[in-house]
Amino acid sequence: MSQRDIEFSVGIFVLIGILALGYLSIQLGGLDLFGNSSYKIGAKFSSVTGLRSGASIEMAGVKVGWVDKIALDGEEALVTMRINDSVELSHDSIASIRTKGILGDKYIRLSQGGSDKIIKPGGLIRETEPPIDIEKLLGEFIYGKVK
Amino acid sequence: MDSRLGSGSAVAGGISALGRQTLDLVSEMGRMAIFLLFAVWCLILPPWRPSLIVKQINFIGVGSLSIVILTSLFTGMVLALQGFYTLSKFGSEGLLGPAVALSLIRELGPVLSALVIAGRAGSAMAAEIGIMVITEQVDALKTMAVNPVQRLVSPRIAAGIIAIPLLTALFDVVGIFGGYLIGVKLLGLSGGTYLGEMQAQVEMLDITGGIWKSLVFAILVTWVCCYKGYHCGHGAEGVGRATTSAVVLSTVLILVGDYVLTSILF
Repeated sequence: MSQRDIEFSVGIFVLIGILALGYLSIQLGGLDLFGNSSYKIGAKFSSVTGLRSGASIEMAGVKVGWVDKIALDGEEALVTMRINDSVELSHDSIASIRTKGILGDKYIRLSQGGSDKIIKPGGLIRETEPPIDIEKLLGEFIYGKVK
Repeated sequence: MDSRLGSGSAVAGGISALGRQTLDLVSEMGRMAIFLLFAVWCLILPPWRPSLIVKQINFIGVGSLSIVILTSLFTGMVLALQGFYTLSKFGSEGLLGPAVALSLIRELGPVLSALVIAGRAGSAMAAEIGIMVITEQVDALKTMAVNPVQRLVSPRIAAGIIAIPLLTALFDVVGIFGGYLIGVKLLGLSGGTYLGEMQAQVEMLDITGGIWKSLVFAILVTWVCCYKGYHCGHGAEGVGRATTSAVVLSTVLILVGDYVLTSILF
């Protein structure tokens, strides 16, 4: 094998390896190379039990963003969300934390409101719903509070 | 010493044997560490010979392509088969994609590809360097003022660091494809479920963790195999023993290192 042949086959090998690495990180890892532009908005929840940063944000079942970070703000949890630029949220949109399936991951579901005013980048969603607390629900069921 | 200690000589002999072995072990570890540091230092020092590294990537990477693809395809296929059996016991066959992908990316990809490469390329490295040592080719290099570590060891370590993570990435992708073949084509799962759930569950941390593992294994395999070859004993027997211990030691270190890395990284 001449030096040229060796170089050629090594080139092919490295190319295949980088393609595999690219597939893994972009397709599976969700690496955002081209900076799919998004804006930040916040929402305050009374509880975010089970929600993790990186969780998806869906509107009508379509993924429109992800949870950037979760912090404590006073007695409430402040969730910073990144929403794709193409999505505009009205002032009275509702953010609720839901579960995929019964035991699945927590995600945030956004429902569009009826107002004409839209939330600007950096703004807050006012209407929020914390996740359903299954233990509390079971307790209420046992003690007969749920009709 | 025996005559002076009298009846306690057997105990004293045992204790000094233990001490001797401990000292041998510690000094061997020290020699190995110095060997690695020197080889890395030689990589930075001129003269640089990229063509030597390219040749070694050809040997480690291109040469191992077929065995890595074969191993990964069957690993992915058997993971899908076994995973499907377990998951169907509690009705979550839909999670077959993440089960296959996460086991491959986090664990089996880095470990199995490193083991395969240790067996195929590592043993050859130890034998090649060992034969150069016993046929005095290394001494010939020294008399020509060529640094043998820089010439023989450094390019192999650099080539391993480049080639082994790439082989691991390929292992993951081919394994996922193998799982797809069994899960979707044979067991009748929907292709969208397999790939979609996989994309939802696999995170960047899993992938970077796997790549970190494979980088560490790359250094381990090339380092241990070159060291064992470079310090082989005398004659054909010495080369044989060096090759065996190179493969055994790198296998053990990969498996132990994998546990340690998993507990640190994830």
